[in-house]
Amino acid sequence: MSFFARFAQNRGALVGLFILLAIIAMAMLAPFLYPESPWRMVQRPFLAPMEVDGFWLGTDTMGRDVAAGLMHGAWVSLLIGLVSTSVALLIGVPLGAVAGYYGGLIDDALMRFTEFFQTIPNFALAIVLVAIMQPSVTSIVLAIAIVSWPPVARLVRAEFMSLRHREYVEAARLVGQTNRTIILRQILPNTLSPIIVLASLMVATAILLESALSFLGLGDPNVMSWGYMIGAARTVIRQAWWLSFFPGVAILLTVLALNLVGEGLDDALNPKLARERS
Amino acid sequence: MNDNAPVLSIRGLTLALPKGADRDYAVEEVSYDVARGEIMCVVGESGSGKSMAANAVMGLLPKGVRPTAGEVLFDGQNLLALNEKQHRKLRGLRIGMIFQEPMTALNPLMRVGAQIAEVFEAHGKYSSRERQEKALALLEEVGIPEPDKAIRAYPFQLSGGQRQRVMIAMALALEPELLIADEPTTALDVTTQAQILELIRDLQQRRGMAVMFITHDFGVVAEVATRVCVMRYGRVVELGTAREVLENPRHEYTRALLEAIPSNIIPEAVAQQRPAPLLEVRNLNKVFRSRGGLFKPAREVRALDDVSFTLAPGETVGIVGESGSGKSTLGRCVVRLERPDSGSLSLSGTDFSALKGDELRRERRRVQMIFQDPYASLNPRHRVGYAIAQGPMANGVPRRQAMQQAEELLELVGLGAVAVDRYPHEFSGGQRQRIGIARALALNPELIVADEAVSALDVSIQAQVLELLEELKQKLSLSLLFITHDLRVAAQICDSIIVMQHGRIVEQGTAQEVFLRPREAYTKQLLDAIPGRAHEAAMA
Repeated sequence: MSFFARFAQNRGALVGLFILLAIIAMAMLAPFLYPESPWRMVQRPFLAPMEVDGFWLGTDTMGRDVAAGLMHGAWVSLLIGLVSTSVALLIGVPLGAVAGYYGGLIDDALMRFTEFFQTIPNFALAIVLVAIMQPSVTSIVLAIAIVSWPPVARLVRAEFMSLRHREYVEAARLVGQTNRTIILRQILPNTLSPIIVLASLMVATAILLESALSFLGLGDPNVMSWGYMIGAARTVIRQAWWLSFFPGVAILLTVLALNLVGEGLDDALNPKLARERS
Repeated sequence: MNDNAPVLSIRGLTLALPKGADRDYAVEEVSYDVARGEIMCVVGESGSGKSMAANAVMGLLPKGVRPTAGEVLFDGQNLLALNEKQHRKLRGLRIGMIFQEPMTALNPLMRVGAQIAEVFEAHGKYSSRERQEKALALLEEVGIPEPDKAIRAYPFQLSGGQRQRVMIAMALALEPELLIADEPTTALDVTTQAQILELIRDLQQRRGMAVMFITHDFGVVAEVATRVCVMRYGRVVELGTAREVLENPRHEYTRALLEAIPSNIIPEAVAQQRPAPLLEVRNLNKVFRSRGGLFKPAREVRALDDVSFTLAPGETVGIVGESGSGKSTLGRCVVRLERPDSGSLSLSGTDFSALKGDELRRERRRVQMIFQDPYASLNPRHRVGYAIAQGPMANGVPRRQAMQQAEELLELVGLGAVAVDRYPHEFSGGQRQRIGIARALALNPELIVADEAVSALDVSIQAQVLELLEELKQKLSLSLLFITHDLRVAAQICDSIIVMQHGRIVEQGTAQEVFLRPREAYTKQLLDAIPGRAHEAAMA
């Protein structure tokens, strides 16, 4: 069975993929549907959805079009979520793998290093990092990645510790495979399921973290993001629910889609299809 | 009550499996009785449905399995018609149950006495003082040494056999009329198994209970059964008294099962002059130390204590012993998955115990291993072909050639070359063990260590795999270090035997010497504990 056929067996994954594609399409179509800057004031403020033709999602406190913001914001939010998660995985997975596989002193050293990051409150560290590096998409992505890799390292380490004594790993060691091959080909593929699940949740956290940074005025001043929109709307949530509702729904759908796709990927990558789904 | 009136009577029981299972019914039109004062053995291989009927009796059917026909009559009541609450009243009070794994069946954080008292509490019997007294009496009855201490012990402080005794005490607490024992001795060592079997027989006679005993082992059947019910694919194939079934099996499946039991036919000792040894182990020592913490002292376990032996090319040496005897550690030291603390291990001249790092990695191909658990020893994400070819590939053989070799090996172990592109989960346990053997052979090793290689398999499959090993031994003149807890298996395949206990070698010699003229008391004890020995002797 082909990879996609296996992926498609999971109905939820298809739905997730569809939502994700729709969001990506939204991001790509934004410059054509709303060629003007989403920061431009176009109507009077606090227009409720559907109140005026052409402004289906209403306007915000400054009279900016919410629909335009949502579409332009899709790109930034997705980018920050995905890139920062990838960077976090790139740091966390190798670190956790090495620590878990070798154990002993190497494990001790790497885990103390990880704990050093874990003891500093995430958000505080992210603020400091962005403030030092000047707010920009790059610095935000980096800051989010740096605060979010420790759980990945911990998870991968735990998985490696339990898998390295499995009989098939010992068999691989017995036939003379190198440590590198054993880590990459024997153990890592078997840790994918929890990593994928964690990663899809991390994308969500990253999007939210970015929104919190934006709320404090540490977002990239040149780009509109969902996080910024929610942050800016928090103070008027009782007068204008739609300002936080639509970006909120957008984040929710994105996260849900990523989770579903993650699960589908896991199924497709896992040759044992006979999984209990009841 | 009439002595022969059935306590439990199963009539035409049919249990449907959920859609998508490998067959439609877990059990089909199964009928048998369990009478007062008898031990009814239900025998079958895994997947035969032998445990399902017992689960139906206890009202513990797995989700998705439902009865579609028949009835289970206990004291005139149809158990299938009861609801959960009524079932709970019966469980423990009138029907007791013992499970296979005594460690997981006991609560690890609760003292033994409290767990037994809990049984009384669940049925609202006695005051708490009386419960403790009863618990103590029960522990005494099941023969736990120092019951007054054991009552305050946690499960992990007891041995496997003692834990099983506690389980039996709990099952007997409320004096049930029917005791269901589901593979109660499978996880135990032979000597412990013999003791537990005797205890069950003894208690059954003393209390006149009916016992439904589920097992896969015909040896155990010969030991305890009054009547036997043989099951296969969810159907009863033979039903009769123990004597009839064991001595005069009518159905061919029963006959096949009985023949598949590794018997005590000991291979003739071949050439007596021993060539230069292939493997020479001298004064091997290994101590496991658990790292002590701030508040706990470091613990030491002496797994290997001054072990020395030799293995000649083309010879099969069996290492037998009970769990904790250090036999597996020895095997792992020989393949260098563990590093011995001291002593030497030389393989046709090279000192294998001194190798390190890259050098060790290159030499590893000379000794290979067949693992115990066919389910854990193959990477679930790798195709079978790659699993076998990875060894040659790691040693520099080009991929195409390695894959071709893998096909040939699969052919050799009787799986057919088409297996290369399939994943391990598509194979049964016995087939996976064949894949494991092919993998071990792929590197043309000088020595193969088989660690409990057939222990996890059903008897008939076990016989096939042993046959395959025997055949390969002839064809490829393999040298084999065969580690097993099962003396019957060792008798069948080994040229010479090493008996281990507490990390030491107790006795070593040719298979004939060890089995027919054991010198040490421990060896005799092990041999006497083999279930079904009396029966076999009678048949011979």
